[in-house]
Amino acid sequence: MKTAVIIPLLLFLVLYFLIGVWANRFVKSSNNFLQEYFLGSRELGGFVLAMTLIATYGSASSFIGGPGVAYTTGLGWVLLSMAQLPTGYFVLMVLGKKFAIIARKKNYITIIDYLKDRYKSNSIVLISALSIIIFLFSSMIAQWVGGGRLIESLTGLSYRTSLLIFAITVLVYVLIGGFRAVVLTDTAQGIVMLVGTIVLLAATIAAGGGLQAIMSKLTAENPNFVSPYGAERQLTSLYVSTFWILVGVGVIGLPQMAVRAMSYKDSKSMHRAIIIGTIVIGTIMFGMHLIGVLARAILPGIEIGDKVMPMLTLEVLSPILAGLVLSAPMAAIMSTISSLLILVSSTIVKDIYLNFIQPNATEKQIKQTSFWVTTLIGAAVILFALNPPDLLVWLNLFSFGGLESVFIWPIILGLYWGRGNKYGAISSMIIGMGSYILFDRLYPNALGMHTVVLPIFFSFITFILVSLATASVEFQGETWAE
Amino acid sequence: MKDKRFQIAHKEAIVGVILVIINFLWWYGFAYGLGSGDPRKYSYILGMPAWFFYSCVAGTVVMNVIVYLCIKFIFKEVSFDEEEGDGL
Repeated sequence: MKTAVIIPLLLFLVLYFLIGVWANRFVKSSNNFLQEYFLGSRELGGFVLAMTLIATYGSASSFIGGPGVAYTTGLGWVLLSMAQLPTGYFVLMVLGKKFAIIARKKNYITIIDYLKDRYKSNSIVLISALSIIIFLFSSMIAQWVGGGRLIESLTGLSYRTSLLIFAITVLVYVLIGGFRAVVLTDTAQGIVMLVGTIVLLAATIAAGGGLQAIMSKLTAENPNFVSPYGAERQLTSLYVSTFWILVGVGVIGLPQMAVRAMSYKDSKSMHRAIIIGTIVIGTIMFGMHLIGVLARAILPGIEIGDKVMPMLTLEVLSPILAGLVLSAPMAAIMSTISSLLILVSSTIVKDIYLNFIQPNATEKQIKQTSFWVTTLIGAAVILFALNPPDLLVWLNLFSFGGLESVFIWPIILGLYWGRGNKYGAISSMIIGMGSYILFDRLYPNALGMHTVVLPIFFSFITFILVSLATASVEFQGETWAE
Repeated sequence: MKDKRFQIAHKEAIVGVILVIINFLWWYGFAYGLGSGDPRKYSYILGMPAWFFYSCVAGTVVMNVIVYLCIKFIFKEVSFDEEEGDGL
């Protein structure tokens, strides 16, 4: 039983590894190492672009945590999760062609290259780099902890062994294949996530005797399960609506998403990615969260939310199919981590090392540094994930909303508001992260809205006011707003 | 120096914002418009409460259609290369 479940998981692992080996040929033969290793030489086609955006965004919480909450909350949580639909079109439409054209013309490799060039400020480089390194580092650890526990519960392997097998595979394919390996494995992983969702949803509906039967069962237990307000009527329409900022439009401020908006080949790729991405993200988010709700009618009484999805899968599917479906959360976890790993590595190499430490590094030095940095970060993540320190667990709480509050306005207003300047950007970044942490600690879900709302609002106001107030000091000569 | 491609990009970015607003209104309107009554008295479509069907299922399909139409009829292909403004 356990062996049958683990076979698909291991086969996919081999596939991802082979993709890494294949991508390595491009890294070796490229004559622009930085652009290939950290951006895949801007060659992403539409399908790959759509899948890498979705796989990077879709994480342990979409497949494990989210369905677990839906199980205890009901259809209201599926409603909430649909706020993620815009991630399929909004990021690419709003950063859009302007961002892609400028990035290409000026040869940006990282989001920080763009911010540095736009605002001409080393402080921005440092603040951005530190936020990315600290918060995404802790976020990788959190994802691995989720992945390790999942494999442990499925296979009976120890947490340590489970973690090492998966984490070392990911580290190796990212290390040898760079960004190209990341997006190609993301594509395979995105397909696994999509297929897994559809298979499990169909099997769950069948096992419950059809939607109608499941809904009546849920209504009999507690009618609020089928309302938009949650089992305890705890979800107000205002609170749920504010998730459109956290997991809908705000996602544009996540560097791991925004960097993909400068990595595609041409405008046709972008168009295709928007169409495909919207369909796929809609299917996955709708399917996985609905599955969590339906699970209640099939397996009542599960106490720990994170166990809902794995237990349901093992209940309604044959072992081999269960292995296939359970490869989906692992795919979501690995694809998120691989994208963060290459991003953190690019931040250290391109934005710290080449900016401040060794601006005249030779191609060979850059290569060696990139490999070493990626290896060290990857190894450090694994080491910390084996025994996660409280501080990192704590920091991870801010790695989503906090990063959005830091980056959203400098990225968007930098692109579309010519009068925005470095003082505005720096102060909005500090206010964004500072107020996010303060609100989270002192007054979470202020005024009935998700914690992210006010910090994003404050960082917006700060950006505008400070830019206007310092307009005479700082004039941006470039025609950014044209 | 005005780059024609940027005018196209600006228009498309605004389309993105308008789409989110439509998406949100549809989602909110059906969910809380149809779902605010007594859950025991909901009407059902295809085994799902009507609010849920219209807001989450139909809403997703409708958004996909709108996105497709926008890409087909509003979004323009432009060249990403150096020379300015001669994309279609």
